[in-house]
Amino acid sequence: MAGELSPAEVRGPTSSPRPEPVEGRGPGSEVRRRLLVATTCFGVFAFVVCLVAPLVGPTPIRLWRVFDRSIPFHDNVDAQIFFIARLPRALAGALVGSALAASGVVFQALLRNPLATPFTLGVSAGAALGAILAITYPLALSALPVPAVPLASFAGSLFAVGIVYGLATARRLGLSTHVLLLAGVTLNAFFSALILFVQYFADQSQTVRTVRWLMGDLDVATYTPILAALPLAVVAFAAFAWLPRSLNLLAVGTDAAAARGVDVLRTQRLAFFSASLATGAAVSLGGPIGFIGIVVPHLVRLLVGADHRIVLPASALFGAGFLVACDVLARTLLAPIELPVGIITAMLGGPFFLWLLVRQGGSR
Amino acid sequence: MLQADNVTLEYGATPGGQGFSLAPPGLHGVSLTVPTGALFGILGPNGSGKTTLLRVLAGILAPASGRVRLDGTDLRGLSRRDVARRVAVVPQETHLAFDYSVLEIALMGRYPHLGTFGLEGPRDVEIAREGLAATGTQHLERRSFSTLSGGEKQRVVIASALAQAAGLMLLDEPTASLDLGYQMEIASLLRRLNEQRGATMVIATHDLNFAANVCGDLALLRDGRVVASGATESVLTRERIAALYGVEVEVARHPATGRLVVVPIRKAS
Repeated sequence: MAGELSPAEVRGPTSSPRPEPVEGRGPGSEVRRRLLVATTCFGVFAFVVCLVAPLVGPTPIRLWRVFDRSIPFHDNVDAQIFFIARLPRALAGALVGSALAASGVVFQALLRNPLATPFTLGVSAGAALGAILAITYPLALSALPVPAVPLASFAGSLFAVGIVYGLATARRLGLSTHVLLLAGVTLNAFFSALILFVQYFADQSQTVRTVRWLMGDLDVATYTPILAALPLAVVAFAAFAWLPRSLNLLAVGTDAAAARGVDVLRTQRLAFFSASLATGAAVSLGGPIGFIGIVVPHLVRLLVGADHRIVLPASALFGAGFLVACDVLARTLLAPIELPVGIITAMLGGPFFLWLLVRQGGSR
Repeated sequence: MLQADNVTLEYGATPGGQGFSLAPPGLHGVSLTVPTGALFGILGPNGSGKTTLLRVLAGILAPASGRVRLDGTDLRGLSRRDVARRVAVVPQETHLAFDYSVLEIALMGRYPHLGTFGLEGPRDVEIAREGLAATGTQHLERRSFSTLSGGEKQRVVIASALAQAAGLMLLDEPTASLDLGYQMEIASLLRRLNEQRGATMVIATHDLNFAANVCGDLALLRDGRVVASGATESVLTRERIAALYGVEVEVARHPATGRLVVVPIRKAS
C-alpha cells in the first residue's frame, strides 16, 4: 500500500480525545469557537515572545522604560536599543517562523504526508541557492527596481517546488515517505553542490558571511531586509487564507476532493505557488532554517486536531513565537557568542523528526 | 437520468489527466443510461476500466470524445462545485494522512454547499448527522476516523456522500476490502438508501454475487467496452460470465432470496 498511511501511524498514543462540543451548539459554531480560542492563545504567545525577546541581550533594558512616553525617544536609550537594535531581529524571526510553519502545513496537506516540510523537501535549499546567487552577484541584479534577494530566493524555491510537484502528480496517491525523503535528500544534495559551486568562485570575505547565513541565522539588524521580504510573505499569507477548506479535502485524496467540488488542479497550483512564496521570503531573511515546518504543525495538531482551518493560522502564530524563542536561546546559550538559530532548531527538530519517522513504523 | 454517449478515453493521450505510473485501462465508445432511482451495477474483471468509467461519470476525468450528461446537461458545462452538488462519489478505500473525526469526515460532504470561507452552520451539522444516522454510525461521531474498522469507515464515507445531498451516488468497489459480514451490511445499506431516499446509485464491482444481490440493472465491462447491459436477470448468464471472466459458472435462482446466485465451477478452458 505505497503512498498511504495506515491508521496507527499518524496518531500516536498521545492523540487525545477532541474537546467536547458545547451542548446545544453544533460543531459549526464549534469550529468558530476552536478557531477563536486557538488564534487567541497562540497569538498572545507570539506577541509576548516578540515583546520579551528584545529585552534579552548584552545590555539589560527594561520594558517599562522602553514604553515610557515621558522620556523623548532620542534620550531613551532603552527604547533605542529595543526598537532600533533588537526589535528587527525579533520581527524577522516571527516572519520567518510563521512562514516556514505555515508552508509546512500546506506541503503536508498537499503531499498527504505529515513529514513534508520546506526543509525536508529541499525547497529551502532551492531558495538558499537563489538567495546565494543574488548575494554573491549583487551587480547582475542591482538594476532591478525591487529587492533582488527575496525574488531570487522565491525563484529558487519555485524551481524546487516544481520538481516536487512533478513527482507528486506522477503518483496520484500522494508521495510515500520513501519517495519523499529520497527526493528531499537528492534535492538537498543537488542544491548544496550548486551552492558550493557558487561559493567556490566567491571571494573569501563573502564566504564567511554566506556560510553563517546558510546555517540559518536571524542576524537582522535593520528593518530593510524585513520590508524587502514582507511583500512576498503578505501575498503568500493572503493566498493561504483561501486554502484551508480545500486542504482538508485534498488531505483525504485528490479524487475524493474533486468529487466533493474542489478544483484540484487550481488549488494545488495556488498552494504550491504560495508555499514557495512563503519559503522564499523566509529563506531570504533567515537562511534555510530547518525543522520549523515539522515541529510546529505537529505540536499544533496535537493541541487543536486536524482541521486545517484551525491548524494553518494556529501554526503560523505558534511558528512565529517558537522561532523567536529559539533565537533567544541561540543568543543566550553560549553568550556572548551568538549561535545561528538554525543550529538550535536542528538540535530540537532532528530528534523530533526521527521520533516521528519511527512512530510511522515500517509500513511504507 | 445519467447518460454516457460513446465515451472514449485513452490514458497518456489526455492532457487533463492527473498522471499515472502505470496507465490504467482506457474506455472505448462506452454508452450507457442510468435511469433515475436505479441501482445500477458496472460489472467487470479487474482492469476492465470500471474505475476509469466512474471517474468519467463523476466528471473528474474529461473524456477525449463523447460526453456524459446528467438530466440532459453535459458535465463539462458545469463547474466542479455544481457537479459535486449533483454527483457524490464513494471511493474504494479512504486513508487519511491526518487525524479527522468521524463528524469532520461527514461534514466534508457539505463542501460544495459552502463558500470558500464558510463555516458549517447548524443545518449542515444536522444534514451530516442524518447521513451518519442513515448509515448507522451516529454513535461513532466523536471517534477518530482512522481508528474505525473497514466496514465502519466505508459507512462513514457513504454518510459523507449522503451529506453531499447529491441525487446520484457513484460507488467504486464498495465491498472490495471488506469481509462477508460487512459486505452484507453494505449491500443492505445500499438497498435501503435506494428504497427510502430514492438515491440513484451506480456501483462498480467485480463481485458477481454482490451485483446480483444489489443491482437491478447491469452493464458488463470488458477491456473498456460495454459488452452487455440491461436488467440483471437478463444480463447475468453463464455464457456472458464465461466470456467476461473466463470462468465456467452455474447461474441459479436462490429459493429463499429469489435473487440470482452465481456459483463458480472451474476455469474455462
